Amino acid sequence: MSIDLRKWKALIVDDEELARKILREMLSTHPEIKVVAECANGMEAVKAAAEFAPDLLFLDVQMPKLTGFDVLELVDATKLAVIFVTAYDQYAMKAFDVHALDYLLKPFSRDRFESALTRAKQQKPEARTEPAALAAAARPAGQYLERIVVKDGTKVTLIPALKLDYAEALDDYVSLVSEGKKHLKQQTISGLEMALDPALFVRIHRSYLVNLERVVRIEPYAKDSKVAILTSGVKLPVSRAGFARLKKLLDDRS
Amino acid sequence: MADQFNIRKTLWVSLWLAWLLFAALLSVWLVSTWGMTWRSAIALAVPLSALAQGVAWSARYSCRSNPIGRTGLSQLFFTHIASAVVLSFLWVIVGRILARWLDSGLGWSGTALQFSRLQLQLFGLGFGYYLLAVAFHYALYAQEASRQAQERALESSVRARDAELSALKAQINPHFLYNSLNSISALTSIDPARAREMCILLADFLRMTLGLGEKALIPLQEELDLLDRYCAIERVRFGERMNVEQNIQEAAKSCLLPPLLLQPLFENAVVHGIAQMAEGGSIRLTVGQMDGRLALVVENSWDPEAVSARKKNGVGLKNVQRRLEARYGKEAFLEATTEENLFRVRLSLPAETQGAQ
Repeated sequence: MSIDLRKWKALIVDDEELARKILREMLSTHPEIKVVAECANGMEAVKAAAEFAPDLLFLDVQMPKLTGFDVLELVDATKLAVIFVTAYDQYAMKAFDVHALDYLLKPFSRDRFESALTRAKQQKPEARTEPAALAAAARPAGQYLERIVVKDGTKVTLIPALKLDYAEALDDYVSLVSEGKKHLKQQTISGLEMALDPALFVRIHRSYLVNLERVVRIEPYAKDSKVAILTSGVKLPVSRAGFARLKKLLDDRS
Repeated sequence: MADQFNIRKTLWVSLWLAWLLFAALLSVWLVSTWGMTWRSAIALAVPLSALAQGVAWSARYSCRSNPIGRTGLSQLFFTHIASAVVLSFLWVIVGRILARWLDSGLGWSGTALQFSRLQLQLFGLGFGYYLLAVAFHYALYAQEASRQAQERALESSVRARDAELSALKAQINPHFLYNSLNSISALTSIDPARAREMCILLADFLRMTLGLGEKALIPLQEELDLLDRYCAIERVRFGERMNVEQNIQEAAKSCLLPPLLLQPLFENAVVHGIAQMAEGGSIRLTVGQMDGRLALVVENSWDPEAVSARKKNGVGLKNVQRRLEARYGKEAFLEATTEENLFRVRLSLPAETQGAQ
């Protein structure tokens, strides 16, 4: 990425006006950086990121509707450098440390701001973290994903984990089926499996993760293979290892 | 200490009563069963009874050095039986010497002979009486031990509650502080006058929080003053997004309530309500006094789909509930309900005022 040849485009995302203002003020001494937009919430941020394709993102962690982590999952994180800004969130801070990400703790000094900016400029795109892994690290131990954020074009959908029927692996994407609708998300099925409550979601097949509450029954299909029938009538293949996992989970429950 | 003294007094009174009663019954027995003259019977019974009470009292020390749970059963048995035998024997010997003296010394003839016929029964009486005394002392000890255990349990629960309360009172959300300081940091260059105003608001809030924490009860008005500061600070952060409405009955303002009861509820309303709504929302406080009860209602808009809404909310509410319970027991209650986009906490407690506490 050529830093000096063109202006850097920065996006400031924070739900507090004063918090945005102080970032803008500190950026005002950097003529090489242009603030293309200020966003007061995650939805606006996702939209602005698609519109302006910024190079630098100042991202507050705690915001209404979408958190900073959600936003990171929904923007093309490989193309921009992120500086997280937070007041106090022990889990978020732990996650940043784990992923060697720089972050600003409110309130921050000019010196601290400058060093974070310098580091962000030097960040190599390939060294950037996978957003889902970062979000997972920011969850307290024993807590699982409560909702999945998906972007269909410019529209952001929140799928509560309990309303997810099943997920199907499609190369680099997963197809999430909820309330009769399919949503595509760029994520691995293993990554999704790890984020969801293992007492509720079970990997019945290499390509299928199912919500246990939706399974009506298991039927033999052919020699050595079975199918799971869901409340919606959908049939999903169950592998031998998947059947063992399913059985163990049901045994643990009863 | 006072209890100790009371036990002593009770023991002394019962000792005197036992002496008289024992002497009287012994005299009657000596006269009616053994045909002794009243004169001889009383002369024997009074000192023997005194001696019996003394020995019965001394059983206390034997019991104390052989506590019932920590001494082997055989040792317990042997110690007390042996003492009973030896002491009763000595007791009868004393009676015998006394009877002889009455007989020959005072010339109350026949006393020694009558005594020699009943000395075996007298030994039995002494033996039984001593064991009775042992049982009595053990019962007394057991009662005292259980009372002390109860006292200790009560004391420790009171201490635990006090510790919890003081921890609660000192609790100031670090998130709130850092965000406020960040607002001040931003204002210093944009609007120095407002930055100073914010510093003062924050200082007032901290001073009041720490000061109120030391009191058991405060008038509602003081809590409202604190809430004013709190809301003013949060409004600097949230601006138009935060709307506060108050509807407070004038008479209720002098009612007393534990400090920092409403502030955590407001903080919940901000953190889990307002802060989670992109377009903002309102907090409404309604306070009324009726039929000797004080009713407080905190309502806030909230987004049922927000992630943080449920779990963390529980902690602040539970703390308030526990503090209400500690102060009022079953006389107060807290109820949290949700209604589409509204989160409501209702508190009801006895309406106390400064004068009529």
